[in-house]
Amino acid sequence: MTDEVLLRARGLTKTFGDFIAVDGIDVEVRRGEAFGFLGPNGAGKSSTMRMVGCVSPVSGGELSILGLDPATDGPAIRARLGVCPQQDMLDEDLSVEENLWVYGRFFGLSRREVRARADELLEFAQLTERRRDRVEPLSGGMKRRLTIARALINNPEVLLLDEPTTGLDPQARHVLWDRLYRLKRQGVTLIITTHYMDEAEQLCDRLVVMDHGRIVAEGSPRELIDAYSTREVVELRFEVDDRDHPVDAVRSVADRVEQLPDRLLVYTADGDETLARLHESGVRPLSALVRRSTLEDVFLHLTGRSLID
Amino acid sequence: MTAAGTGTPLRRGLLLPFPAGAGRARFVVARNATAFRRAWVLLLSGFVEPVFYLFSLGVGLGALVGRVTTDGGSVVSYAAFVAPALLAASAMNGAIFDATFNVFFKLRYQHLYDAMLATPIGPRDIAVGEITWSLLRGGLYSAMFLVVALLAGLVESWWALLAVPAAVLVGLAFGAVGMFTTTFMRSWQDFDYVTLAIQPMFLFSATFFPLSTYPDALQWLVRATPLYHGVALERGLMLGEVGWGLLWHVAYLAGLGAIGVLGASRRIARLLLT
Repeated sequence: MTDEVLLRARGLTKTFGDFIAVDGIDVEVRRGEAFGFLGPNGAGKSSTMRMVGCVSPVSGGELSILGLDPATDGPAIRARLGVCPQQDMLDEDLSVEENLWVYGRFFGLSRREVRARADELLEFAQLTERRRDRVEPLSGGMKRRLTIARALINNPEVLLLDEPTTGLDPQARHVLWDRLYRLKRQGVTLIITTHYMDEAEQLCDRLVVMDHGRIVAEGSPRELIDAYSTREVVELRFEVDDRDHPVDAVRSVADRVEQLPDRLLVYTADGDETLARLHESGVRPLSALVRRSTLEDVFLHLTGRSLID
Repeated sequence: MTAAGTGTPLRRGLLLPFPAGAGRARFVVARNATAFRRAWVLLLSGFVEPVFYLFSLGVGLGALVGRVTTDGGSVVSYAAFVAPALLAASAMNGAIFDATFNVFFKLRYQHLYDAMLATPIGPRDIAVGEITWSLLRGGLYSAMFLVVALLAGLVESWWALLAVPAAVLVGLAFGAVGMFTTTFMRSWQDFDYVTLAIQPMFLFSATFFPLSTYPDALQWLVRATPLYHGVALERGLMLGEVGWGLLWHVAYLAGLGAIGVLGASRRIARLLLT
C-alpha cells in the first residue's frame, strides 16, 4: 500500500428525484488497499459504486478517481478500472473465451493482446477447461469467476466488486476470496461492497459502514470491533415463551444486551465468566454460545439493526 | 443538497453521453459478428422470405397481371416491377428485426449494454454499432436478393449496382428508428406495434402496385412512409429510371437514420447511465 490516493470523495451525494441514495459521504482509498463498503441492502453502496464506475452522474459533492473527474473523463477512467457488477451480465451468445476476447476489444486492446491476456485469466479463474463452452451452463461460482476475469482483461489498477459472493455457496465463496487475495498481492486496489461481515473481515484492510446513505463508522475490521463492540459475545436462546422474562436478569450482569427475535446477545469482555454469573443468577437458556465479536455486532451497535434481515 | 448541487448534475447528465463518441462502435459490430459465427444459418433465414414473395407474387401472380406501367412511365413485367420493392422490404425487415427484438433482449434481459458501458464504450458507440450491424444485415439480404433477381432476369439497368448501397441506406433508416423505438418499449407485447407499423407499410408503400393506382387522398400518406422512399429509390435504380428526384429519397432516408441514431444514443444514456 502507498500513500497515493486513487479515490477521493467529498460530500458525495446521489439523489433519484426526492430519494437520497447517497447522502454526502467522504471516502479516500489508497493504491494497493482493499477497501470495503459494508451495509445492508439499500444503504447506498451500489449507488456509490456506480458513481465510482463512471456510469452514474454525481448529484452533488466531489468525486475524483485516479486523479480524474468522472463527469469529463469517464471513458479515460473506465479504461483503467475493472468492474464486477452485482449481476454477472455475461454475454450468453458467446463462449467463455469469446467473452474475454470481445470484452478486451471494447478497451481497444489488440487481438493479440486480448488472446494472450485471456489465456492467463482463464488459468487464473480456473476455467481453462471450459474455455470453449457456452456461458449459460456454468455454475454460479464459475460465472462469477468469469465475470472477475473479464473485469481484469484490461489490467485495471482498481477492481470494483459489487457484492462479489452474494448467492454463492460457501465452497465457491472461498475459492473466490482466494482469487481476490492473489489480486491484492499483485497490487490491484480492490473496492468491495458487501453485506456479509465475514467477507468484509476476510478481504478488507479498511472499510466504512454505511446505513441510509451515510457513513456511520470507518476503520479496519479490528479497529471497528474494538471501538464499537466488546471482545466477546454470549448468544443465548430461550424457549419462545420465556424470551422476555430473563432480559432484566441478563441486563443486571452485562454492560450491553441486544434483543433479537430469536436470541439475546450479551456483550462482554469475558464470555465464560459472564455465562457463569448468569447461571448463578438463575438464568437458564436453552443454549448458550460464546464467540468473538464480528462486524455484524458492530453494525448492530451502530444502527440497532441486523445486516441481513 | 445545495442549489449549486442540483444545477451541475443535470448538465453533466446531458453531457455525459456525448463526449463518449462513436470511435469504438466497430467493437460492438465485431461482438455481433462473433455471436453470429455459430448461428449463420439463422442469419440467412431473413433472406428467403422476400425470395418466396418474388416467385409467388412477382412471377406466379405476375403471369396473370401481365405488364405494368410504372410511376416513372416505363412499361415492365410485373415481376420486374415488384422485385425492387421486395429488395427494399428485405433491407427493412433485416434491419428492423435486429434493431428491435435483438436490441430489446440485449437491453432489458441480457444487460449487454450495461456491461459495455463499464468499459470506455459510450452510448453513442452502442447505438452506432448496433445500427451498423443491422444495416449490414439488411444490406446482406439485399445483395443476395439482387443476385436472385439478376438470375431471374428482372434487372433492367446497370444502375442496379447502386441498389445495394441504397438498400444499406434503407437498413440505416429502419435500423436507427427501430432501435430508437425499442428503447421506449416496456414488454414483448409492445412489439405488436412494430408489426402493426411494418405490415401495412410492406403491403401499401407502392410495393405491389404503382402509386398512381391509389386514390389522390391516400397518395400523400403513402409518400410519407419511409418504405415508400426505399421502394421508389430501388425501383428507380433497378429499372433505370434515374433522375435528380431520387436524391430526395436519399435525403429522406438519411435524415430518418440520423434522427434514429441520435435518439437511440440519448435514450441508452438516459436508461442506463442513471
